Amino acid sequence: MNKSASQSQARDDAFVRFENVQKSYDGEVLVVKDLNVDIAEGEFLTMLGPSGSGKTTSLMMLAGFEPATHGEIYLAGESINNVPPNKRGIGMVFQNYALFPHMTVAENLAFPLKVRRMGRADIEERVQRALDMVELPQMGGRRPAQLSGGQQQRVAVARALVFEPKLVLMDEPLGALDKQLREQMQYEIKHIHENLGVTVVYVTHDQTEALTMSDRVAVFEDGVIQQLSAPDELYERPQNSFVAQFIGENNKFDGTVSAISNDSCTVELNGGGTVQAARVGDLVGQGDRTTLSLRPERVEIAPKNGALPNVLTGEIIELIYLGDHIRTRMRVAGNEEFIVKVPNSADHVPLAEGAKVNVGWKTEDCRALDPL
Amino acid sequence: MSDATLDMPVGGTAQRAGNEPLVAADGTPLKQKLAQTTRRMKLRALMLTMPLVLFVLIAFVAPIGDMLFRSLYNPTGSNVVPAFAEAIQQWDGQDLPSEETVKIFVEDLAKARRSREIGRTVGNLATRLNYELPGYRSLVTKTARRAARITEGPYKEALFAIDKRWEERIVWTTLQRITKDYTLAFYLAATDRKYDADGSIVQADELYRIYVPILWKTIWVSALITALCFIIAYPVSYLLSTLPLRISNLLMILVLLPFWTSLLVRTSAWIAMLQTEGVVNNIFVYLGIITDESRIQMIYNLQGTIIAMVHILLPFMILPLYSVMKTIPPSYMRAARSMGASGTYAFMRVYFPQTVPGIAAGTLLVFILAIGYYITPALVGGNDGLLISNLIADHIKKTLNWSLGAALGTILLVVVLVFYWLYNKLVGVDNLKFG
Ligand SMILES: Nc1ncnc2c1ncn2[C@@H]1O[C@H](COP(=O)(O)OP(=O)(O)OP(=O)(O)O)[C@@H](O)[C@H]1O
Ligand SMILES: [Mg+2]
Repeated sequence: MNKSASQSQARDDAFVRFENVQKSYDGEVLVVKDLNVDIAEGEFLTMLGPSGSGKTTSLMMLAGFEPATHGEIYLAGESINNVPPNKRGIGMVFQNYALFPHMTVAENLAFPLKVRRMGRADIEERVQRALDMVELPQMGGRRPAQLSGGQQQRVAVARALVFEPKLVLMDEPLGALDKQLREQMQYEIKHIHENLGVTVVYVTHDQTEALTMSDRVAVFEDGVIQQLSAPDELYERPQNSFVAQFIGENNKFDGTVSAISNDSCTVELNGGGTVQAARVGDLVGQGDRTTLSLRPERVEIAPKNGALPNVLTGEIIELIYLGDHIRTRMRVAGNEEFIVKVPNSADHVPLAEGAKVNVGWKTEDCRALDPL
Repeated sequence: MSDATLDMPVGGTAQRAGNEPLVAADGTPLKQKLAQTTRRMKLRALMLTMPLVLFVLIAFVAPIGDMLFRSLYNPTGSNVVPAFAEAIQQWDGQDLPSEETVKIFVEDLAKARRSREIGRTVGNLATRLNYELPGYRSLVTKTARRAARITEGPYKEALFAIDKRWEERIVWTTLQRITKDYTLAFYLAATDRKYDADGSIVQADELYRIYVPILWKTIWVSALITALCFIIAYPVSYLLSTLPLRISNLLMILVLLPFWTSLLVRTSAWIAMLQTEGVVNNIFVYLGIITDESRIQMIYNLQGTIIAMVHILLPFMILPLYSVMKTIPPSYMRAARSMGASGTYAFMRVYFPQTVPGIAAGTLLVFILAIGYYITPALVGGNDGLLISNLIADHIKKTLNWSLGAALGTILLVVVLVFYWLYNKLVGVDNLKFG
């Protein structure tokens, strides 16, 4: 993966571009509000967001099944607003797979090739190659109903790729699979993506899936992209409280900014206490209300005196033993949902429910974001 | 299973060694035990269906059985002239029956003339003979009136004196046939055939060939109505299945509305619409499409039957189509389009094949309903719009030739069954989806 390359993609050679795209179904509510995304060739971009946030709608506009109410969509430099879906050459995997039930697996795979009037021998060869790719070489003669969910899923992926589109869209393709199969399929799709170098736009509302598979993730909320960045960036440097809350586990404190400096600020917590937090751009200024975001694994329990700039005292409410770590729920500065993940190392501090302990963290791990 | 596991006591109670059958805890063989328990369940299930089974037996199976029976069994002859019925069977069909047999016939006729018992009058025999030999009704009635006066032989000569037609051999062969209780004559009549003087089967005279043409007409009219229903219903069902629920429900009510109106009212409405002084003609005249003198005859003919029946049977096509289309998610068409198929191609290769079960169910339903439809053709069909069921009704209600009505009904039933069988071959009944 070359994240740096995809991040620094210049706007001009974007493979897919949404420019000021808006969408309304009923003329009253904007389901997609001013969407601007550039997707580089070969990139794996995931649209992540809660239900109803406009992910499918954006994908459907790209595929050509829904017209954009406003704005332009470009594919390989050309506006495709007036190009019908069958002329866009975009492969698609649907959540329910949409395998044609009245055709065999091989006929399903041959469908896009037949449409393109390929020769018989050519079709057979490509179908077989596609089946091999998804490791179902013997299944060509079966009907979709005779396959397991995971096998159907693979056939759907193979069918979207068999005609060698440059761009493949996948709308929650793993939504119907159980956890184990999901993880395996995530790996396989990722693998195929890397092998073929095809551009993938992927929709999910499973954040783990988004983080593990993608080059970049676009977090949708209410028709707006809240943040578009690489997975590590997204997790470690969320740009606003929605993203911080939506991605991973998050401890939050409400407070008011009392002083600001270059890249940090001082925050008076509503629950008592003062902490130093990292500033995020110009999101908050002096005197503003703010919500602090702090990942549970970045909290140190009972830190050495003076080792960390921020130390508060908390009370342990609940301990959950998870083997590799101990999930500790505490009351800190009035927040009863303060979670600390204590690694189950040989020399970790002894913990007991009801005990009072200090917790501490680095300034840059605690981000001062917009108030919730 | 290895021997070790076979010998292991299962649950401590049931044991199995070698090839001995498995036994339940109380020692009865497991199979028997299973049969016992399931038998009780089956019995319960059967009890639940009892009312329906009884109803079907009484209201459906019995009448159909009766119909089949009546079409083959007609004892009129032996009822009216019982002694003759027995005697004539000895005749070999050459020349004319013996003097003795004719004597019995004359005596039987004289006796029958005095009878007032329903079904045993001379009139019954005359009618029965007339079915087979049209125009010979009077021969029997006339002879019966004078039969009492014939007291001594030669009887044959006496009959010839009454009517020359007694010299025809076919009269006697026909009498011989119709005095048998079981007969195929009504099936022959229903297929425009008859027996000739020698008892072999021949085509009926041109003038009397009506049933086969009407049967064919019924079949093609039903097929035409089915086709028209399909052509109209398919796009409507598609629209219904794709529109938002709120609107499609409203439209569905419009589709179902005819079901809430009496059939008679609907058919009468078509009369008001289509008659020569009706709404449609008035509009045509008003618009100047036709002149007042050349108003179009749109009802009381085949056209009227077809228009009204298409309207009445349309919901039976729309409902199965709609219910099948409703289950086809739009993602199929989208998938096909995304793979490069044009709208038409995607429709023909992806959407249409998936609606086949609905098409099959709808066409079968409409066709079978149409082929036996009675009330609408009777009301708006005029003369050339009559179908086979109207003839059946005529025989049951007007001419009272129940046997012929039953034979026609049986043939209609067989035709329907044949179509059903063909359908099963072509589409497969498991593939039908009615809703
Ligand atoms: N065909 C439609 N007509 C009207 N409104 C629609 C239509 N499709 C989607 N919407 C509305 O648009 C909004 C966004 O829908 P969309 O399907 O894009 O969400 P999503 O992000 O894909 O959600 P999910 O994760 O549940 O699939 C929703 O409020 C939805 O109700
Ligand atoms: Mg969606």
